[in-house]
Parts: sequence; C-alpha cells; structure tokens
Amino acid sequence: MNIVRLVLQAGLRDLSRNRWIVAYTLAFLGIAEGLFWFGGTGPQVLLSMLNLVLLVLPLVALVFGTIHVYASREFVELLLAQPVPRRELFAGLYLGLALPLAAAFLVGAGIPFAVHARAGASLGGVAALLGAGVGLSLAFAALATWIALHTDDRLKGVGLALGTWLAATVVYDGLVLGAAAAFGNYPLERPLLGLMLANPVDVARVLVLTQLDVSALMGYTGALFEHTFGTALGTSIAAVALLAWCAVPLLLADRRFRTRDF
Amino acid sequence: MRGLARQAVPWHAGRVAARVAARCALLSLLVASRAEGDDLTVGRGGTYATLTAALAAAKPGDRVIVQAGTYREPTLVVRTPRLVLEGQGWPVLDGEGQREVLVIAADDVTVRGFVATNTGVSNLEDRAGIRARDVRNCVIERNRLRDNLWGIYLQRSADCIVRENDIEAHGLKQTESGNGIHLWYSPGARVERNRVRGHRDGIYFEFSPHGETRDNVSERSQRYGLHFMFSDSCSYERNTFRENNSGVAVMYSRGVVISANRFERSWGSAAYGLLLKDISGGAVTDNVFDRNSTGLFVEGSSRLEVRGNHFTQNGWAAKVLADADENVFSGNRFSGNAFDVTTNSRSANSTFDGNWWDEYDGYDLDRDGVGDTPFHPVRLFALVVEQHAAALLLLRSPLVSILDAAERVLPVLTPEALVDRHPLMRPPR
Amino acid sequence: MITLDSIRKRFGALDVLQDVSLAVRPGAVTALVGPNGSGKTTLIKIILGLTRADAGALHVDGARADAAGAYRRAIGYMPQAAHFPTNLRVGDVLELVTQLRPGEAIDDDLARAFNMDGIRTKLVGTLSGGTRQKVNAVVAFMFKPSLLILDEPTAGLDPLAAAVLKEKIRAVRTEGRAVLITSHILAELETLADDVAFLCDGTLRFSGPVAALLDRTKSRSLEEAVAALLRTERVPQRATPDAVTTSRVAPLLAPQPQGGR
Repeated sequence: MNIVRLVLQAGLRDLSRNRWIVAYTLAFLGIAEGLFWFGGTGPQVLLSMLNLVLLVLPLVALVFGTIHVYASREFVELLLAQPVPRRELFAGLYLGLALPLAAAFLVGAGIPFAVHARAGASLGGVAALLGAGVGLSLAFAALATWIALHTDDRLKGVGLALGTWLAATVVYDGLVLGAAAAFGNYPLERPLLGLMLANPVDVARVLVLTQLDVSALMGYTGALFEHTFGTALGTSIAAVALLAWCAVPLLLADRRFRTRDF
Repeated sequence: MRGLARQAVPWHAGRVAARVAARCALLSLLVASRAEGDDLTVGRGGTYATLTAALAAAKPGDRVIVQAGTYREPTLVVRTPRLVLEGQGWPVLDGEGQREVLVIAADDVTVRGFVATNTGVSNLEDRAGIRARDVRNCVIERNRLRDNLWGIYLQRSADCIVRENDIEAHGLKQTESGNGIHLWYSPGARVERNRVRGHRDGIYFEFSPHGETRDNVSERSQRYGLHFMFSDSCSYERNTFRENNSGVAVMYSRGVVISANRFERSWGSAAYGLLLKDISGGAVTDNVFDRNSTGLFVEGSSRLEVRGNHFTQNGWAAKVLADADENVFSGNRFSGNAFDVTTNSRSANSTFDGNWWDEYDGYDLDRDGVGDTPFHPVRLFALVVEQHAAALLLLRSPLVSILDAAERVLPVLTPEALVDRHPLMRPPR
Repeated sequence: MITLDSIRKRFGALDVLQDVSLAVRPGAVTALVGPNGSGKTTLIKIILGLTRADAGALHVDGARADAAGAYRRAIGYMPQAAHFPTNLRVGDVLELVTQLRPGEAIDDDLARAFNMDGIRTKLVGTLSGGTRQKVNAVVAFMFKPSLLILDEPTAGLDPLAAAVLKEKIRAVRTEGRAVLITSHILAELETLADDVAFLCDGTLRFSGPVAALLDRTKSRSLEEAVAALLRTERVPQRATPDAVTTSRVAPLLAPQPQGGR
C-alpha cells in the first residue's frame, strides 16, 4: 500500500501542476459561476452543468487520460525497473490520473454551488451531480488507461478514446431511442432500465434525473421507476453500476498492465 | 326527485335575489335568535341528557347547546327549521361504526362546533358525518369530521355554507372511502376555508352550479383533491390542492373560473395538477402549478383563457390535446419544467402568445421586453415520448438535446403553428 | 552475478532473441554491443523484468528472478533517455525513488558531483536534456546494487559530466559490483569494458573478455573487432537458406554512427 501511496502522491503532484488540469478546473469554475452570474437559478445551473458533465467530462477524461498514460510510458518503465510489484504500481498510476481528474471537477463545479447555496439548487441534486461527475471521471479514466495500455499505436489509441466517447454519449442513446421506437408496442420499461445501467453516461444521467426531474419521471409508469431508481436502493444500484464501470475496465487494464511487455 | 322539483323555481328564476334574500334571512336569524328562541342545553349540567331528546323538544329558532362529551345516539335528524346546533368544548357525535351521524332535514339550520366521527363503512348506504338533505340555507361551520365514510354531504340542498371545517379520514381504501365535502344537486353553495385530508375526493361537485369555493386546503386525497362535473358558472379561488393522488379534475361544465389556486405535487402516470375536460369558456388565471407530473391537462376544452399562471418544476407543464381549440395562453410563466408544452398532433388549435419561458434563449434588440425570435415550446422529444413512453428514460440525454436543437432550427415534426411569437424577456409580475 | 540461460523471445513472427546465454561478472564492466535492432534493448528489459522471456532462465545473485520483482533490489537502471513527469520537481523524483526502495544503502557520490541540491526545486520540464540525463544517472547510482544496467549512459551529457560518470563506473567496478553497459560509442566502451557481449540478429555471437575478442579477430581496437565480427558473420549466413536475416543485417551496418570514429 505504501508503494500505491508514493506513486499516487507523485501523480497528484505532477497533475496538480499540469496546465490542462488547471484549465479544466477553471473552465468548470468559470462556466458554473458564469451561469449563476447571468441570473441562472440553482435548478437551471444544475441542468446546464449536467449537460457538461455528460458531454465534456467523459471527453476530457478519455482523451486526456489516454494521452497522459502514453506520456508516462518511459517513467512507468523506470518505476517498473525498481523492486516493486506491478499491481501496486498500477493502482498508484491509475489513481494518480483519476483522482486529479475527479478533484478538478469537484472543485470546479462544487465551489460555485457552495457559494450560491441560496440560489435554490436542491442539495440532493447538487450531490447527485457531483457524485455522478466523480463517478464518470473515475470510470472514463479507467477506460482511458485500458485503451492506452492495450494499444501501442498512440494515434490509434486516441482515435479509440474518441470513438468510445461518441459511442457512450450519443450513439448508444440513439440506438436505445431507435429500439424504443421500433418496439414501442411492447412493455419496454424493464429492458430499457437494464440498457441504461449498461452505459456509464446513462447511469450518471439517471442518477441526477431522479433528483431533478422527479415530476416527469413519476408520471412515467411511476412505480417502476420509483422502485428502480427513485429510492435509496435505486440510487445504490445506479452507484454500483457506475462503480462497475470503474471496476471492469480497471481489472482489464490491470491484467494487461501486469502481463504485458514494456 | 321530490326535492329537485321543490327547489327548481328559485334556482333559475332569480338566483341572485334568492341568495341575497337567503343571506338576509340568515343574518336576521342569527341576530334574532337570542330574542326569539330558547337555549336548550344538552349534556352534563344541562336540561337534556341526549341530543335526540333535545332535538325532539326544540322549536324553530331555538338554540341547542351541547356540552363536551361523547354522544352515542341513533342518527340525529334535525327536522326543526331555524335551529342552531352548537357544540361547546368539542362534543363528539359518535356513529360507532354503524350509522350516519347527523342529518339536517329542515331549512335554515346551523351546525357548528361538533366532532362528527366514525360512521363506519357500508356498501349499501352513503353514510355521512353531516348530511344536509333537501334543505336550503344550511350553515355547517367549524366542525371536525373524523374517519367518516363521507364527510359533509349536501344533497339537493341549495345556498348552503360549508366553512372552516376540518375533515380527515385515515387508512381507508379508495373503494371504502367517500368524499370529504360532497355536493350533489346543491346549487349556490359557498365552500370556504375548509381543510380536507385523506378522503377519496377532497371536494366533490356534481350538478351544483353557481358555487363558490375559496381558501380551502385539500390534500392527500385518494383520488382527486377537487372533483367537479356538470356544474356551470362556478368559481375556485385561492385554494390549495396538494399531494392528491390524481390532482384536480374539472369536467363537463361551462363558465368556470379557476383563479389564484395552488396545484402542488400530484405525482403519477395519471396525475394532473389540473385536468380540464370538456370545459368551455372559462378562465384559468394566476394559479401556481408546482411539481406535478402534468401541471395542466386540457382535453376537449375550448375558449379557455389561461393567463398569468406559474408553471414550475412539473414533468409536463401543459398538455394540450389537439381536440382542444381556441384556448389562449398568455402571460404565463414556465420555469424548470421537464417539458413546457406538449400535444398529441401536429395540428395545434390553441394559441400561445406573450408567455415567459425559461428555456427561451432569444434576444431583444429593440428592448421592448419581447423576444425578437419566436419560441417553439413543443420539443421534438416531447412528441417522441408521447408516442413511446419508455423513451422518457432518455430525458436530458445529450442525444436528445441535439435532436431538440435540430428540430428547433428546422421544425419537421413539431407543430409549426404552436409557437409563441412574442415570448417575454422577463417573467411577468 | 547475473546469468542468462537460453533466453528466447519472439514478437509476433520476429525472433528477437534466440537462446541467449550470458554471464555478467561482478567486478567487471560488460559491454553489450550489436547493431540497431539486434535485441540489446529487449535483453536489458528481460533482465529488468519489463519484458517476459518466452523461454530460458534468469538468475540474479544465484536466485531465480521472479515476477514479484524483489530481485530488482540488486539492480540499478539508467534508461537511454529519462522522461520523468514534467511537473515534478527534481527533489520529488529523487525522493520517490528513494522511498520506493526503503532500507537500501544510499550512495550519493553522483548526486553531489552533479549538484542535485542546486536544482532540487526545479521542475523536470524546465531542465535541459543534459541536466535531465544527470538526474537519470543519479537515480540509477543512488543505491549500491550489485548490478548496474546503463543504456547509452553518456548520450546527451557534456564531456565533463561524461568523464565524471565514467569515473563513477570505474569506481563501482572496483567495489566488486557488475556493470552492464550499451553504447554506440565503441571507443568509449573500450576504455571501460572488461568483457564484451556481441549480439546480432538476436543471437549472441561472442561473449568473453575484450582481450579474447581482440585476439580472436586479430584487431587492435574494439571497433575493428566488431567490424571484423560482422564481416565474418556475414559469410556463414550467406550460406544459410535464411537470406532475409542477412539482408536485414547488411543495411544496419551502414548508418552506424561510430563507424567513422
């Protein structure tokens, strides 16, 4: 664990001085603050920020993450030449990427909501937004790590990252919408709920929705939705799904990291 | 039908005159009763041990004063006109789960200060805590009604006043519960400042025109907070309808005025803040629709004026079906709703003009307070959801935002006519 | 003492190392030489455990190297070029490596010689290539491992720093530790190396004392000897049916930068 901590500490030191991470933090800070500044009420800002979290956050985590892992390649080799087990190195390296990403978002998006606590954003909504953003940061950092460890061709890796982003944010929902339209005559709610859990961006969105648009969702065959996502249990299910989206790519990446040749 | 025939004349001949006369009569009754009638005291230290005995002895214009205590008597029937029944220290009239509690069967009777409770459930008869049957000018005020099948039941009774009563029922299933305040063929009623909780319908009007309903709070009804049918020219003002299972339904009536009410937190797939069905020529003004699955649902209604309302944080702020026409929405405020307006067809027969939409992102170069570009309140996604309910799961997905943006630039599927050409830059008021 | 026993490695269809057996003696500097693409880097990575051999065994100080990597306590590694995270300070890097290897004896000769204290607070990203290479050397020599693996150690160093480094290498040898070194500058190796291992096309063509190589090839310098080896190696290989291997070797000889020196 000590090695994890040391490598993580180095990663945190490095990325906390990284100008992209700083710019990313300031961008969230500026946009959220700007939305409040221009007269946005708490709920409105929350919704605008949700769009950012669903679109921009996965993009940054994937592309920045992939490039970062590639850039760390030689340093990783130097670390691997030291008498330390690979698994602990990997944990430190992943956390050294994922935690700064998550922290940048948390600081950038969290501070404006804390400052404008009286603007009327519900505590549950803000908590869900921040939680979903952190979850997405961790999940897509894991995916980025996996992509970069799997593909030695950097250009191909960044292409894969972009493709993953497009698939998770837009294409997947397009297919779901198509399915909903094509099989509109069948009771689709349950299968669709399952499909939502299978995409981290959708899980994050649904997690925030249950806090924001309760009225609309309650109308929609309310009982099922309420039972699935509206309760503490449902929130837990969504959180677990998001965690699974961190864990699975992470396990794959870890396996790859432990067995591959550098 | 007997009662109907008897009352048919004053309803239509001179409604206003009749009402003024009725109120004068009531006033004179209240003033005169001290002088005219006697006080009959029931209960501890009183002349009568039972209400039944006192009611049998009372003459028109008398006052029956009931002391605190619990009275378990056969259904009390007031047959003497101009009687005032007054509870002191909240005497309890207990139906013991067996029977109706109190029936007013004479004109100009006032009942106040009682706790009427425990009618029990029956499938054969409609038991009420307090019933007025075939009378005029009754006043039912400041009573508490607890766990009755029906709360206050006006049956073929004209020009009655029901006010400041507190009505509550617990733990009954919808099929085993009646309404809190129930009006049937009872024109000219005034229902004011009552609180109703937990009944099937909080307030129910059927065939009861010219009623005024003000400042009531109706909440947690098993069905509708207000259920209202075949009752023309009624008005509803400053009432609060909250957490009712299906909201409020106003149907099959003309000239209804619904103003300054709050419709809050009606959640469910068939829950509406306010459902308007086959209403013509009414006004819905200055109401607040807050956190309902559907704020305002308009079906088959025409020539409605919907103005100055605030729709906030509803799933669907306003659903206006295509069979509703010539309705005008203006000066309303739409904020924080998942969907502002939706309809079920490309043809739109209602007009939206001069409302404030929080989703409007146009500009106002000439600074006249009106946006220079029109606003299309119907989102493409709203139509998709209308046809494929399950697609609602994609609400606020980036994909949906893209589709909506594209549709706003180039409307293909959404009703082109349904557009606000003068969206306000600032919320009204 | 490290011994490689019949190490084999393939990347896809390419045989990178074929049955390489080699012993690196303590108290001696072993020069690992060979043309580009001959498998030097792969061999080093296998010793370090960065790359796994398909077959063969690696023993470090008599113990078989295992996946957990504890054997790497015996090794100090200086890669060809150092890419430390650009936003770490020099002090952060040195501290990290020190803490990753707790309890090991510290050798701060080079740190003092290269004045690490003077640049401790500088960000790695602001350093010149030469200074970065000094940090790289300091990291490798920071402990007292029984084997030092140096990949092109003097590349990018100014002559003065290179001299300091070479002096340190000799000192390490004197202490009875082993040094495995690769360089394109054969003349430089000649002044340092006791043994030489010559790798070509994944096969070890020669390994033994420098003197033995000079003797065998009848050369006066390491440079000549290597050229001679390459020349003689081409003759038998022409006779083999594997013409591809030969044609790959030939062009690799031409651009060797040390050829003219």
